[in-house]
Amino acid sequence: MTTLLDVKGLVKSYSGVHAVRDVSFAVRPGEILALIGPNGAGKSTCFNMLNGQIRPDAGSIKLAGEEVVGLPPRTVWRRGVGRTFQITATFSSMTVRENVQVALLSFHRRLWSLFGYAGKSYLDEANELLTLVGMQEQAERPCGELAYGDLKRLELAVALANQPRLLLMDEPTAGMAPKERVELMRLTAGIARRKDIGVLFTEHDMDVVFEHADEVMVLNRGQLVARGTPQQVRSDPHVQAIYLGDGLLYDAKHRKETVQ
Amino acid sequence: MKLEVSDLNSFYGPAHILFDVGFAVGEGEVVAMLGRNGAGKSTTFRSVVGLVSRRAGSVIFEGEDVSRLPPYEIVRRGLGYVPEDRRIFTELSVEENFEVGRQKARPGVAEWTPDRIYKLFPNLGEMRKRLGGDMSGGEQQMLSIGRTLMGNPSLVLLDEPSEGLAPKIVEQMADAILAMKREGLSIIISEQNLHFAKLICDRAYIIEKGRIRFSGTIDELEAHPEIRDAYLAV
Amino acid sequence: MELILVQALSGLASAASLFLVASGLSIIFGVTRIVNFAHGAFYMLGAYVAFTLTDRFSGALGFWGGLVAASLIVALLGALMEMVLLRRIYHAPELFQLLATFGVTLMVQDIVVLIWGADDLMGPRAPGFTGAFSLFGRLVPTYDLLLIVLGPAVLGALWLLFHRTRWGVLVRAATQDRDMVACLGVNQKWLFTSVFALGVFLAALGGALQIPRTTVTHYMDLSIIVEVFVVVVIGGLGSVTGAFIAAVLVSELNALGILVLPKISLIAVFLVMAVVLVVRPYGLLGKAERGVRASAGISFRPWKPMSQWERIGAAVLVASAALLPLFAGNYLLSVGSEILVFVLFAASLHFMMTVGGLASFGHAAFFGLGAYGAAFAVKFLGAPMEVALLVGPLFGLIGAVVSGWFCVRLSGVYFAMLTLAFAQIIWSIAFQWVEVTGGDNGILGIWPSAWASSPRGFFWLTLGVSVVGVALLRMLVFSPYGFGLRATRDNTLRSDAIGIDRKSVQWAALLVAGTFAGVAGALFAFLKGSVFPESLAIPISVDGLVMVLLGGIETVSGAVVGAIVYKALAIWLMSQTDLSKLVLGAIIVLLVVAAPKGIVGFIEDWRHRRPPAPNGTGPEAAGKSGTVGIAKMEAAE
Repeated sequence: MTTLLDVKGLVKSYSGVHAVRDVSFAVRPGEILALIGPNGAGKSTCFNMLNGQIRPDAGSIKLAGEEVVGLPPRTVWRRGVGRTFQITATFSSMTVRENVQVALLSFHRRLWSLFGYAGKSYLDEANELLTLVGMQEQAERPCGELAYGDLKRLELAVALANQPRLLLMDEPTAGMAPKERVELMRLTAGIARRKDIGVLFTEHDMDVVFEHADEVMVLNRGQLVARGTPQQVRSDPHVQAIYLGDGLLYDAKHRKETVQ
Repeated sequence: MKLEVSDLNSFYGPAHILFDVGFAVGEGEVVAMLGRNGAGKSTTFRSVVGLVSRRAGSVIFEGEDVSRLPPYEIVRRGLGYVPEDRRIFTELSVEENFEVGRQKARPGVAEWTPDRIYKLFPNLGEMRKRLGGDMSGGEQQMLSIGRTLMGNPSLVLLDEPSEGLAPKIVEQMADAILAMKREGLSIIISEQNLHFAKLICDRAYIIEKGRIRFSGTIDELEAHPEIRDAYLAV
Repeated sequence: MELILVQALSGLASAASLFLVASGLSIIFGVTRIVNFAHGAFYMLGAYVAFTLTDRFSGALGFWGGLVAASLIVALLGALMEMVLLRRIYHAPELFQLLATFGVTLMVQDIVVLIWGADDLMGPRAPGFTGAFSLFGRLVPTYDLLLIVLGPAVLGALWLLFHRTRWGVLVRAATQDRDMVACLGVNQKWLFTSVFALGVFLAALGGALQIPRTTVTHYMDLSIIVEVFVVVVIGGLGSVTGAFIAAVLVSELNALGILVLPKISLIAVFLVMAVVLVVRPYGLLGKAERGVRASAGISFRPWKPMSQWERIGAAVLVASAALLPLFAGNYLLSVGSEILVFVLFAASLHFMMTVGGLASFGHAAFFGLGAYGAAFAVKFLGAPMEVALLVGPLFGLIGAVVSGWFCVRLSGVYFAMLTLAFAQIIWSIAFQWVEVTGGDNGILGIWPSAWASSPRGFFWLTLGVSVVGVALLRMLVFSPYGFGLRATRDNTLRSDAIGIDRKSVQWAALLVAGTFAGVAGALFAFLKGSVFPESLAIPISVDGLVMVLLGGIETVSGAVVGAIVYKALAIWLMSQTDLSKLVLGAIIVLLVVAAPKGIVGFIEDWRHRRPPAPNGTGPEAAGKSGTVGIAKMEAAE
């Protein structure tokens, strides 16, 4: 089995406090991997190290065999790491399509062209991406007036503009209704499988995690304490003690399985 | 009735957000306002405490119409509000956060002091001098609730108390809310998580696209999964 | 060595007033998020009122009573301004707030001259501190010692106030989240007013304490505000301790710098500021701004290139302007040329402000550099106008390269303050370096080539250059680069995440704006036939800002309209009244309060008032599906 992302011995501490200690894991192409854990467990620090926003104290991050530690976020992005944010980050003064076009212009290194109308560049590619996430009908709308779920889908299209091999999604379904959550995750999973993109996401909604992740990793106090299928992680007594609790808060269906 | 809201209409700029919203909270009751994200839950709460400038309708709190008052006057009358994103003062210590929330005691009711709040949330008692910004999400939620209690409210609006918290912490939060109920407080929470609401609430409203779509007990809601599916889409 | 020690003591004494004013500015900014440009005006008023109370009405309160009473009176004025003006604009973009307080500054300048006259005033000396003591054979005024003690004493008092009183805790809470404080039952209106009054009190006290040391002048407001901006940028906005450290640092640099480099002590301060900003972008003790507010120029109506009809309309307008010399007289043509120069200047500022979201308060720097560049080319190289018109923009470009390198490390208010400081430094160089710039006397004899020397010829020249300039800027807005620039403005997080190098893109925007402003400045030099330091001064920067705002911050080229309307109005006003600053200030204040979207923004709003799209989330759509929902629900029951 090939490895897309290979993380080894990642360490980061802030003024003596260990935020992340000795985290190692791997992501395969087309795999959907969830990273869960209590607040402050180091999930965000991990994410920020993966896309180059924070430089780890030690450890290596190899993307398709190439080291990316020490590269700025821009370069990591060019190597094929897309990212979505917990709170949607889009360009509110532009139309939906223009949002995607900017990302495409940047990807094709055309941002320093001073002439020509950017609104006509990469039309086909932009439309293709918008069709992929089901936003083609709304291409001309100002991004500022989109519904929240649509903003999330637009963000996904923007994140796909650099033809990523790895997608980092920080709480992708936060603030969404349950039905929208399922739709967004299905959409993501479908795209990931078809294009062989590895997906790493953090999430607090256990229904989303257990339903959509191939495997789940649990981070606690900066350390990986478990990795396995949703089934395995759910029934892990240690994980229940530190994070999941008594299981009152996610769907009864899962709870019954756990009891059995 | 502790709080009676009727014909509430709210606007953000030209956008009409709430349509004739009405609900009520009885003395000592815990009520849930359920709905999807963007359904209007937070706007409803914000309108009740006067944070939405363009609103119309009546908000009767303890027999007095407070709909024309500015937020601080409403809060001083005993209507406490815990916002959805907690909004604790990260640069202030736990004790100082409480000081900001402190208001005069209401006659005949035991005054909330930091010590009483530490009994409710023992975690906080161990970190009185810690800055709000150095606390975990769950601790911040506790601090935010404690800070509102320092204003000696008789009714508390809790906006999405479980959002973004680990399931284990959410269970602790449920215990704390039930403890507050035992202290005689009336509480209304907004929630997307039906499981959580079931743990603590007596009655529930469902709001969708700015209108109240359902009102009834939790048991009635359980008995009608089609309503749940239509508006909550679990 | 002795000299150094004595100078150091004098520096410490100067630091006291600087600290008072800076801490006041910092405290006000902390809670209200408003950078109170009028702070210098309050400092000046403190000095003037203290002068009146101690000199004209001495005896009633005594000297010290007079100082305190003066500060209290000014604090009361400040509270009044907060209640009447600022309360209306707390939710406006910060740029508008800065501009409104600047309008007040302009008004105060004229009012002060009206009341106290234009002459410098010499206040009384402080009783009990009139003497001096000898240190290494040099005299040090005892009053300086008092000031040296006063600084740390005020710092300590402020610390106690903010950490040991309920009011202080509330203020610190409001500094972080003022709306939440209101949700906890605190009347934030009065909290804001009291904070503003305290800040103004500190500024006025700073001014009042100066009267035994220096003369009271009607231009002391601008000189202190620039120094104060430098202090808070170095110390960190919102940090009182930072203000203290930075005030000492800046005052010592000034005091000791004079010994080493008498002419360019200001540059030493600027260099220190630059180093601090590079190492700590938010100042020594400052913190990154939380939840950075939307910068100027976020439009929710996506921009589109001109339609065919709009192009034709613009061409017709330009053509009719070109016909003007056929029937207009010389005076009208030179007014027309001046307006056109400012059209280009305003358009260049508009580009960086609305497309780039970079609000500059020192755009005059590039305008003036362009003017001086052209003048130098003529004077030192004997270059003809055609060459000089290229040298000017080159100067603007170089200035933008230097200042941009520092500025793009900052954003929002910090950016605006740094641009202002930069412009003031260029101004003081032009003012002081008499050998090269002629100082106050300026450079004369900058005349156009023969073909453009008639008012008619020069009008056509400026028309041609301005039209091409505005067209190029507009083209840039819609180019891939323009899209990238807007992306950095709309959302830094996202633009970073799609590989856009924010600093470089914004720096380039500054270069573009600086170059075009330089073109305008060079034209201006030939229009007037001379160059003076005024072309670099704050009023020019503010003219540009007002033109942009008047035109409309959310528009693509609103500045063109803003410049025409404003410049015509200003020229007419100048001919009508001596109190032009008072009127101008009032217009700015009114504009900010009444028409924040500007002329073109207003017209566009009106043009786009149409029903929402059928699949919109507008009220109608929500209403329709709502009805369906009710039906479903009844069925369910």
